[in-house]
Amino acid sequence: MSGPSTYKPGSGVEKWLDDRLPIIRLGYDSFVDFPTPRNLNYWWTFGGILAVFLMIQILSGIVLAMHYVAHEDYAFDSVQRITRDVPFGWLIQSMHANGASFFFVAVYLHMFRGLYYGSYKAPREILWILGVVIYLLMMATGFMGYVLPWGQMSYWGAMVITNLIGALPFVGDAIREWLWGGFSVGQATLNRFFSLHYLLPFVIAAVVGLHIWALHVPGNGNPVGLDVRKGDAGKKDTLPFHPYYTVKDGFAIIVYLMIFAVFVFFLPTVLGHADNYIEANPLSTPAHIVPEWYYLPFYAILRAITFDIGPIDAKLGGVLAMFGAIGILFVLPWLDTSKVRSMRYRPLTRWFFIFFVVAALGLGWCGAVNPDDYVMGITGFKFLYLGQFLTFYYFAYFIVVLPVLGIIEKPKERPASIEAAVLGTDKA
Amino acid sequence: MKMTRIFAAAIAALGFAGTAAAFEGEQHAPHEHHWHHDGPFGTYDTQAVQRGYQVYQEVCASCHSMDLMRFRNLGQQGGPFASEEFPNPNDNLIVMQIAASYTRVWDQDEVNDDGDPVERPGLPSDAFPAPFANEQMARASNGGAYPPDLSLIVKARSHGENYLYSLLTGYEEAPADSHLAPGQYYNPYFPGGAIAMAPPLADGIIEYADGTEATLEQMAEDVTTFLSWAGDPHMETRKQMGVMVLIYLLIFAILVYLAYRQVWANVKH
Ligand code: HEC
Ligand code: HEM
Repeated sequence: MSGPSTYKPGSGVEKWLDDRLPIIRLGYDSFVDFPTPRNLNYWWTFGGILAVFLMIQILSGIVLAMHYVAHEDYAFDSVQRITRDVPFGWLIQSMHANGASFFFVAVYLHMFRGLYYGSYKAPREILWILGVVIYLLMMATGFMGYVLPWGQMSYWGAMVITNLIGALPFVGDAIREWLWGGFSVGQATLNRFFSLHYLLPFVIAAVVGLHIWALHVPGNGNPVGLDVRKGDAGKKDTLPFHPYYTVKDGFAIIVYLMIFAVFVFFLPTVLGHADNYIEANPLSTPAHIVPEWYYLPFYAILRAITFDIGPIDAKLGGVLAMFGAIGILFVLPWLDTSKVRSMRYRPLTRWFFIFFVVAALGLGWCGAVNPDDYVMGITGFKFLYLGQFLTFYYFAYFIVVLPVLGIIEKPKERPASIEAAVLGTDKA
Repeated sequence: MKMTRIFAAAIAALGFAGTAAAFEGEQHAPHEHHWHHDGPFGTYDTQAVQRGYQVYQEVCASCHSMDLMRFRNLGQQGGPFASEEFPNPNDNLIVMQIAASYTRVWDQDEVNDDGDPVERPGLPSDAFPAPFANEQMARASNGGAYPPDLSLIVKARSHGENYLYSLLTGYEEAPADSHLAPGQYYNPYFPGGAIAMAPPLADGIIEYADGTEATLEQMAEDVTTFLSWAGDPHMETRKQMGVMVLIYLLIFAILVYLAYRQVWANVKH
C-alpha cells in the first residue's frame, strides 16, 4: 500500500491477530485510512458500483444454479419454473438477467472514465490491462450465461458466435468442434457453458483482487491527472478513504441501485429479446439474430468487414477486427504519446474523444439493425456504410489520433497541484 | 449435411436476412390498446382473466397447449380464482372442480398394478392438458402448421398484448393480389400476412359465465389479458414490492446524501 501503515490494534485480541495474520491492518490500510485524492468526481464511483454488482451476480447466480437444469430438454422449462414456482424466483431471475446489463453499463462508464482521464497511463498500465482482462472475462461469462435459458436467441447466438471461430484458417473447424463438444451446438455445449459460466465469475473476482492491489500501489488517479505530491504536501492533496469516499461511493451505489430496481421490478423484460421466450429450435432460424446489447458495437465491427483484404477473406477479416477492437486496448498505454493524463487539458484530443464515444454508441446502433437498411431512411445510405466508417474511426482513434496528437498538440496549462486545483488558487 | 444447413442458415441470418413478405402490403403495426395492467401500478382485471380463461378453454385449447400452466396456478395469489378462503391453491374448490372436469391419462409413468397407465380425474397439481400428443400430430391436424404453446406467447412476441389483440381482431378479406395457399387466411398483422390459423373468434361463439356480451373485441381483450397473466403470473407482487423497494432506497439515499454533505461540509473539493 502507498505509505506506511497507520493501523493501531484497538484491543488485545486485535493485537494478537495482527502479529499472526495482519488482515485487519490490510483492510484498514486499504479501505479506511487509504489516502485518496480529494477531487475525485462521481465517475470514480463506478469501481465500487462494479464490485457491488459482481457480488449481486454471484449471489443471485448461485441461487439460480440450485434450481437450473442444464439439459437441452429441460433448461428452458427449468428457468420458467424458477420464475413461477421457486419462492422469489422471479425476483432472483430478474436481478440476475438485468444485473448483467447494469454490470455492463457500469463497466462501460468505468472504461470511458479511464479513457477520458488517461487512467491507463504510467504508472497504471498494469491496472488498466487487468481491467481489460476482466472485461474479456465478463464478455465470455455474459455470452455463456445467455445460452443457458436455451431460448431461440440463446441457441442461435451461440451458433453464430461459435461459428466465427470456424473462420480461423486451418485450426478453426477443429477448435469449433472442440468448443461444441460435438458437431453442433447441443447438450455437450450447454453443459460445458454452464460449468464455465459458474466458474468465470470467481476468476473475475480473483482478477478484481489483483486490480485493486494494482490500484493501491500508485493510488487513484484524479480528474486533473496530477500526481499526489510526495511527503507532507501530499496530505493536502488527499483525504482518508473513510469516511469521505465510503459515503460518496455509498450514495452513488444507492442511486444506481434505484435505477436498477426500476428495471428489475417494472421493466424486467425490456432489455431482453422476445425470441428468447421461444424454446431453442435447431430447425427454425429467427429472422434476425441479434446479440445482447452490450456486444452490439463489436457485432457491428464484425459485420463491417465485407471485403477481402489480400489473403484474408471477409469473414476472417471481420473476426480479426472484432477481436482486434478489444485487443487494441491492451496496448493503449503505449499508443497514447501524451504526457498529459486528463483530457481537460487536451483541447484538441478532447473532441476526438467525444466523437469516439459517439462512434461507440453509433456502432451499437449499427449492430442492432439490418446492415442493408437505410440510416434514417436516406436512400443509399446503408447502415453497413455507417458501420464501416465508425469502425474506421474506432481504430483510427487508437492508431492515429492518440499517437499523433500526443506529439503535436499543445496542452493547456495545468494547476500546480491537486490542492491548488481544488482551492482555485492557481487560476492565472 | 444437417450441420452445413445450420451453418448456412446462421451465416445468412448473421447479416443478410430480411423478413420475406409474402405480400406487397407491409405488416401492419399493432394497435395501441389500453390494458388494465399497464403502468407501474396496473393490476390484472380479474374478471377479464376469468373470462379469458373461459375463452382459452372453450376455443383456443382445442389447438394450443399451455404446457407451463398447472390448474393450481388459477387459484394462486394473483390468479383468476384466488380466494382468501384457500391460501393453498390445491384446496381451492373452483380449481379442484376445473381440474376434475378432465378425465384422462395424466402421466404415462403413473401405472396400476397391471402396469397400465391410469386414467383419472385431474388434480390441481396437474398440467393443463395439451390438445395433441406431439408436434407431428398437431401439424397433421392443422394443415401442416404448428399452433405454438401459449404459456409465454405475450412475452414471445414484440408488442406483446397489443400484437395479440390486433392479430385476433385483425382478420380481413384477402386483397385481390394475395396468393393464399389452401388453409391460409389473410391477416395483415401477422408477418407475411398469410396465417394458417382460421379466425378463431367471432361474435357470440361462446356464452360468458358472467353474462358479459361475447363480442369479438371483448373475447380478444379477455383472452389476451388471460395470456398476459399466464406469462407473468407474479406481476402484481413484483410491482408492489418494487414500490416498497424504491421508497426504501429513496429514503436511504436521502439519508446517505445528508451524511455526505455533513462529512464533506468543511472540505473544499
Ligand atoms: C383450429 C385450431 C386453432 C384454434 C382454435 C386457435 N388457433 Fe391459434 N393458431 C393455430 C395455428 C395452426 C397457428 C399457426 C399459424 C401459422 O404459423 O401460420 C396458430 C397461431 C397462433 C398464434 C401465433 C401467431 C404468431 O405470431 O406466430 C397465436 C398468438 C394464436 N394462435 C392465438 C390463438 C388464440 C388466442 C386462440 C383462441 C382464441 C387460438 N389461437 C385458437 C391454430 C388455432
Ligand atoms: C468487475 C469489474 C471491475 C471492478 C469491480 C473494478 C473495480 C475498480 C475499483 C474499485 C477502482 C477504484 C475506484 C474507481 O476508480 O472507480 C478501479 C479503478 C480502475 N479501474 Fe476498475 N474495475 C473493474 C473493471 C475494470 C475494467 C474493465 C477496466 C478497463 C478496461 C478498469 C480499469 C480501471 C482503471 C484504469 C482504474 C484506475 C482509475 C483511476 O484511478 O484513475 N476496471 N476499478
